[in-house]
Amino acid sequence: MKVRDLTELAARNLREAVLRNSLTTLGIGVGVASLVAILSLGVGLQQLANKRLTNSGLFNAVIVMSRQNFRGGFGRARGTEQADSTPPRPLDEDARKELAQIPGVVEVYPEVRFPTGIKFNDNTYPTVVAGVPQSSKGSGAYDGIQGSFFSGPDAQEAILQVELAKQLSNNPGSLIGQSVTLNYAERQALPSSSDGGISGGFSVVPHEEKLKIVGIISTEPTTGAGGFGQVRLIIPLDVAEKLQAAQANDLRSVLGSSGARPNFASLTVKVDDPSQVEAVEDNIKARGFGAFSLLDASKNLTLIFSVFDTLFGSFGGLALVVASLGIVNTLVMAILERRREIGILKALGASDGDVKKLFFTEAGCMGLLGGVIGVLLGWGIGRGINFGANVYLHRQNLPSIELTAVPIWMVIFAIAISIGVSLAAGLYPASRAAKLNPVEALRYE
Amino acid sequence: MSSENGAAVRAEHVAKHYQMGETLVRAVDDVSIVVQPGEFVALLGSSGSGKSTMMNLIAGLDRPSAGAIYAHGKNLAEMDSAELAKHRSQTIGMVFQAFNLLPRMTLAENVELPLRLAEVEREERGPRVSEAIERVHLSGRANHRPPELSGGEQQRVALARALVNKPAILLADEPTGNLDSKTGDEIMTLITEINRSGVTVLMVTHDQARAEKYARRMIFMRDGKVVSDGDRP
Repeated sequence: MKVRDLTELAARNLREAVLRNSLTTLGIGVGVASLVAILSLGVGLQQLANKRLTNSGLFNAVIVMSRQNFRGGFGRARGTEQADSTPPRPLDEDARKELAQIPGVVEVYPEVRFPTGIKFNDNTYPTVVAGVPQSSKGSGAYDGIQGSFFSGPDAQEAILQVELAKQLSNNPGSLIGQSVTLNYAERQALPSSSDGGISGGFSVVPHEEKLKIVGIISTEPTTGAGGFGQVRLIIPLDVAEKLQAAQANDLRSVLGSSGARPNFASLTVKVDDPSQVEAVEDNIKARGFGAFSLLDASKNLTLIFSVFDTLFGSFGGLALVVASLGIVNTLVMAILERRREIGILKALGASDGDVKKLFFTEAGCMGLLGGVIGVLLGWGIGRGINFGANVYLHRQNLPSIELTAVPIWMVIFAIAISIGVSLAAGLYPASRAAKLNPVEALRYE
Repeated sequence: MSSENGAAVRAEHVAKHYQMGETLVRAVDDVSIVVQPGEFVALLGSSGSGKSTMMNLIAGLDRPSAGAIYAHGKNLAEMDSAELAKHRSQTIGMVFQAFNLLPRMTLAENVELPLRLAEVEREERGPRVSEAIERVHLSGRANHRPPELSGGEQQRVALARALVNKPAILLADEPTGNLDSKTGDEIMTLITEINRSGVTVLMVTHDQARAEKYARRMIFMRDGKVVSDGDRP
């Protein structure tokens, strides 16, 4: 029998016992829906994590440190042995310019973070200040900001971390627009000694800088490789650099060979595309710098989510297996009911294969329909989870998120699985129907 | 033997035995018959005489325990199940006492069913269905369903369905068994017309009077054996 005829006859047969077949199909739909809902949550969470991490700049960034500083600290990073043959280089302004020339690099900025005391309403609060580049505005870390990001790269403005803001005022929101004074240690270079001996020393003098509070954030954004203390005050990177604040690695610079020129603790090299990170990282290492990226962390994240998807997907799959038993039951019942019909079909020229294909097609139709219903239902459940999560986040004054995602591959996968499971469930009934003795079937009342 | 080689049906020492517990039931026991093309043969006998079993064997719905059956020279015993299905689809047309129409299909859909199974092209099906329905004088009722038709009309639909694939042999198992006398005669008249168009008819019946009236040859069976085979006087 031709496929179109088989499909027409199968559809007709399914319509005959519409309630039973609908319930069976719905059973498959529920199984597929649970699978889709769980997978969509897994995929959604993975996408959310990847998006957040990508926006944070961790995946398109290479952290560069002087090789001396690098050893021990990040010695486990990928392929560090490879570049050890080249002489170590100081991480100074020349290095910054050189790294900016590497193909694929869009931005190179230093990590500037230093301890400070914040004066506000005659009280001083010790904390750590970090400079962030203007490009970090789009990182997603400031999505839930109360107030606004810096108006420009050299604006005398500050963003407070919410815990610090709470220390400063019982009503943190009222701080926006007010000023704080930064009390910090300024690094002032000393003139070279006349005897041509040690040069490049510096003195530390206390200094103050007034900044206008423009925003408050609840999280601490990434500000480089990290060094010490929790950053609770953020200022524009250009401003931070101009402050000439003494940093932890300054002492190392003095004792090192860089002379009067300050060395950076680390440089963050932003790459155009995460796929270029590995090449850029290797390039930097070949120039005598220590470098590492979080690509491996990304790969591990994908692995972890895959494990979770498989684990949760198995639970959804279990529901589908249970639903498939419904198909077996429905089709076996149909064989009993349609025994005589099978006999008639055989008497009219249907082969065993035709009968088998007919029952198979019926199972496949239920699978296809159940798959479509299941995908829609699963998508609906996903939207429900999204809605619930966003209502909660909204109440917590947090930005909306997409917690679930149903990509096209999942739709195809779910429908294919549904049809596959249904066909597998139809194997036994179809084979039983095909083997029916037509003479006995025709006698059946 | 030359006429036997061109026979529509040739059964040689055919037997069909069933094991029922300890007892071996010989439903058909060493039956040999030859039906020539265009013949109208009535297979008569009381209930349990083996006539329906014989018809099922000729139709290829069942396989004999022994012996051989040839339909237009082809040995059914050598056919696999797919070939037997093709034999039923293309060589044989069957009508039953209980009509065996699919109640949820319309008259036209019932008649179209053998064409679907034989994979006849769609554009060819419509005219063939109409022709078959017209042949049994039911043109106005093509879209009715079997429960909406009388017994006689249902049997005529069954005849149209049996003929739509233009079979060489029509096997009729008690075609008038469920009909009143007048309607039965109408069906028999139709079968006679079909036979006159060249179709070989083998009819199983226990109604000797009707067989004598319409069939040209009568074969009597008793206890699975042929007891008499001869032309109508």
